[in-house]
Amino acid sequence: MTSIEDLKKTASQVRRDIVRMVHKAQSGHPGGSLGCTEFFTALYFSEMRHNPDFNMDGKGEDVFVLSNGHISPVFYSVLARSGYFDVKELNTFREINSRLQGHPATHEGLPGVRVATGSLGQGLSVGVGLALSKKLNNDDRFVYALTGDGELQEGQIWEALLFAAHHQVDNLIVTVDWNGQQIDGPNDEVISLGDLRAKWLSFGWKVLEMEGNDMESVVKGLKAAKAETGKGKPVVILMKTDMGYGVDFMQGTHKWHGIAPNDDQAEKALAQLEETLGDY
Amino acid sequence: MLKQLLKYTEKKATRDGFGDGLFELGQKNENVVALCADLAGSLKMNKFIDHYPKRFFQSGVAEANMMGVAAGLATGGFIPFTGTFANFSTGRVFDQIRQSIAYSHKNVKICASHAGITLGEDGATHQILEDIGMMKMLPGMTVINPCDYRQTKAATLALADHVGPAYLRFGRPGWPVFMPENIPFEIGKGILLNPGKDVSIFATGHLVWNALLAADQLEKEGISCEIINIHTIKPLDEEIILESAARTGKVVTAEEHQLAGGLGESIASLLGRKHPMPIEIVAVNDSFGESGKPMDLMKKYGLDVSDVVAAVKRVLSRP
Repeated sequence: MTSIEDLKKTASQVRRDIVRMVHKAQSGHPGGSLGCTEFFTALYFSEMRHNPDFNMDGKGEDVFVLSNGHISPVFYSVLARSGYFDVKELNTFREINSRLQGHPATHEGLPGVRVATGSLGQGLSVGVGLALSKKLNNDDRFVYALTGDGELQEGQIWEALLFAAHHQVDNLIVTVDWNGQQIDGPNDEVISLGDLRAKWLSFGWKVLEMEGNDMESVVKGLKAAKAETGKGKPVVILMKTDMGYGVDFMQGTHKWHGIAPNDDQAEKALAQLEETLGDY
Repeated sequence: MLKQLLKYTEKKATRDGFGDGLFELGQKNENVVALCADLAGSLKMNKFIDHYPKRFFQSGVAEANMMGVAAGLATGGFIPFTGTFANFSTGRVFDQIRQSIAYSHKNVKICASHAGITLGEDGATHQILEDIGMMKMLPGMTVINPCDYRQTKAATLALADHVGPAYLRFGRPGWPVFMPENIPFEIGKGILLNPGKDVSIFATGHLVWNALLAADQLEKEGISCEIINIHTIKPLDEEIILESAARTGKVVTAEEHQLAGGLGESIASLLGRKHPMPIEIVAVNDSFGESGKPMDLMKKYGLDVSDVVAAVKRVLSRP
């Protein structure tokens, strides 16, 4: 059991990793990555039972699918920091001949990634299939999946919602990164999501909420979600986050969805983030 | 050999071969699971479903999600067979197959019925003639179009032992069951059905039967046709094609698909690169289909026995 204080320290380092990766590559998606840092840190360093000696089938362990694959920097950072591969490899993000593709992929054999994601709306279905495979194997561990909020505009998401409720996939915990922003602007200006809570409820899911940039709330929320598994319904956590959280000039705006900081901006960002575990 | 093949005793749909193969796999391999998008009856999956209900997942009319769920089941170590019409197995879900299955190296078997124009009365909305092209373009995807009930059953069984994503394409109508039971089925290996010396006919799917009938007619005119069944369009059996083509020097291909993207194009490309020679392609020529009876449609869209005969004569008249 890792303390909240320790998790916060890890999160600070993960944020440094994100900024440094995207800065070096001069491309990537810092906004959503920074906004989901508490979630990934709590998942990989506290709540998920997982094995960095990676097995694709994930038998006997909790598995995670990142449906909104563009926030790969935060995913790669927690994978490296929890021992799936050497942290030095973060240096190769988005470079040629790297295992750290712009969007997560299995093709180059990066440990910790179970399916390619990036074209939105697909990872959730894969998570549902993984959850079914656990049931067939009498494996009592969980499947976690993260989706973006803009991603919920994809029709396949709602197909997966119907399917998971119908087949009582109750070993699945989905989290929605509800930052209210997408590439072209706020969700409400692009395509409104309406009453998200009511929508998931009406699809037959157990709906929880948490504050995604408050480590204590995230840990509590994930524990509460686990307590709701096995009751016949899939579980979703609507997670309120701020895009770009932790770097003041990136926070709360869609403008940092998919652009890299220049040298000055990177320096300013890193000055706000304590180096706790040592930069790679 | 030709005369024996033409003496078939029954007609059965290739989709029945899939259903019977899947049922047999249910008994043989506990890792085989099946998914269907509201077409279990059409895909002949009911025997599997009745006997192995826990290994079947009804997906409803939601093919994109079905492909993703299959990818997830494959990740967990199972061998999922998805079943729906060929149109909804490919074009409708191309990006799901591309990212979640092909690029992710998932061991999913995409099983597609009602392919091609012989779907008949439902019309062009459902008569996909572009599926082979879409699937063969995906890196690492195996593409199989068996020619009768027996071969479809054999292909279904073979797919469970094959590791990697695969597309299995079969059809709706009753069709002569002519493949001898003792011919083994091996993915990626063409089958010599009739030795000949004047022209090599490479055929796939329902058109193998038409090619046999054409060869029979041409024999009476003194033209000797070598018939090779290319059930696996990808990976293509280059060896058997190049060997036969080098001997006859003239090639005809036949398939129930658009000319663009089909078997004929794959073979033309191979010959162009390794052994250029005249080739004629029997396929649908840049056209959608329409409602009608399967055999009438075959005639109207250039897939009839007479079209194979004409193609052979054309290719023989070329220098």
